[in-house]
Amino acid sequence: MKKTVLIVDDDMDYLFQMKLKVEQFGFETITADGQKEAELIIESVKPDLAILDLMMESDDSGFILAYRIKRKYPDVPIIIATAVTAETGMSFNINSDESQQWIKADLFLDKGIRADQLQREINKLLKI
Amino acid sequence: MAEYKVLVVDDELGIRMGTRRILQNFRVDYPFMDEHIEYIVLEAPTGEEAIEIIDREMPDIILLDNKLPGIQGIEVLEYVKKKLYDIVVVMITSYASLELAVKATRDGAYDFIPKPFTPQELRSSLENITKQLFLKRMTQKMNKEGKQIRFQFLSVLSHELKAPLNAIEGYLKIMDDRQFGDNIQAYQEMINRSMERVTGMRSLIMDLLDLTKIESGTPVQNLQKVDLTSIAKISVDTLRPYAIQKDVDIYLNTKEAVVMDADPKEIEIILNNLISNAVKYNKQGGRVDIFIKKEDNAIKISVSDSGIGMTEEETTRLFQDFVRIKNQKTKNITGSGLGLSILKKIVEMYHGDIEVQSKPDQGSTFTVIFPQD
Repeated sequence: MKKTVLIVDDDMDYLFQMKLKVEQFGFETITADGQKEAELIIESVKPDLAILDLMMESDDSGFILAYRIKRKYPDVPIIIATAVTAETGMSFNINSDESQQWIKADLFLDKGIRADQLQREINKLLKI
Repeated sequence: MAEYKVLVVDDELGIRMGTRRILQNFRVDYPFMDEHIEYIVLEAPTGEEAIEIIDREMPDIILLDNKLPGIQGIEVLEYVKKKLYDIVVVMITSYASLELAVKATRDGAYDFIPKPFTPQELRSSLENITKQLFLKRMTQKMNKEGKQIRFQFLSVLSHELKAPLNAIEGYLKIMDDRQFGDNIQAYQEMINRSMERVTGMRSLIMDLLDLTKIESGTPVQNLQKVDLTSIAKISVDTLRPYAIQKDVDIYLNTKEAVVMDADPKEIEIILNNLISNAVKYNKQGGRVDIFIKKEDNAIKISVSDSGIGMTEEETTRLFQDFVRIKNQKTKNITGSGLGLSILKKIVEMYHGDIEVQSKPDQGSTFTVIFPQD
């Protein structure tokens, strides 16, 4: 059975393009255009993996959403796809113990990542 | 309360103890300071010990005797200068030769206090030093914060510019790979979306140009008698096609001329911004009402819409750079997030004010108030 990937982003073009890519990798997709909609979806659906934008309704929507998803489904891997790192030099190193406590994401990716890299990262997280 | 550390370097015990006593209950207030400043006195009988204490305690002020048993005061001063420490040094000396004074001043000594000094002399000298130091540090801090704000602005800006580029690039790639085969309709949709993003980017750049013009600090230029009503009329005409497209009616309810001293270009930016927002965030079949009123000591421009409105929390964030209120109702509306912050900056150049009243799902009223005397 095909695995399901939840994609959340408030940029409709990015959402469309990401959905297209992930479907080409052979997954089912569910999309949401913001934190609120995604919260409604996870009430009833358990995805196999989630790809979240960071800044949506608020600057930290991605973090909040990651936290909620992990609380409900601790075993669902989460990727936060962000353009923030590149521009601000802000780096989130989720390998440090301190950040692991509050950032509930398994991986941070730059939004400009190439499709084949993305596919490799998703497969790794899904242990395919 | 803040505390400045004062290091007294003198081989005479009497001077060190005297200084301690004089500064014990002394404090400095300054109208610009939120708090008063008191002193902690540190002592060193030799230059060598002084250097140790300087490295360890980082004092704010040094009262430095030149004639010391080991290395001389002037050498301590050179050390502080070499290390680029942010310390104000005052030379205390009984035999200040002109040569020494020149050298000390060149090495950054801030002041000379002749020995022996009265308590009053020491206090007034310290008061001056403290104020100078406080202002200097305050300025440094503000410069740093200014840079911080600039940096945040630039990073958000590059994010806002990069997002549409990414989207357009993504569509071009899909089309280049012919990912949708012969499905022309799908490609057409992508072209439309790309055009939409280009438009958004262009308006962001235009807004940025307005903003740099304002931020470059050029004061209000080209002041002349301006009839606000006729400029409003031009704005309404300019925005009419957009309003028709959105099925919104615009009513300019003021007919008579309302004249004030202003730069017509700036008034146009204000009116265009207010009216286009009122159209943009409206509902289908909605209306926009414009009133321009001259009151006893102010001119008021108000623009009301019957649109989606905002919560109180949303209105408080409205005037910051790049803030766009993101919710279900605004998700399909594009904007740079700069319009209102530009507007506010212009209004402030006229010492004016802008007020917002809003109710979710009922509409918003923006009122610009220009004081007239």
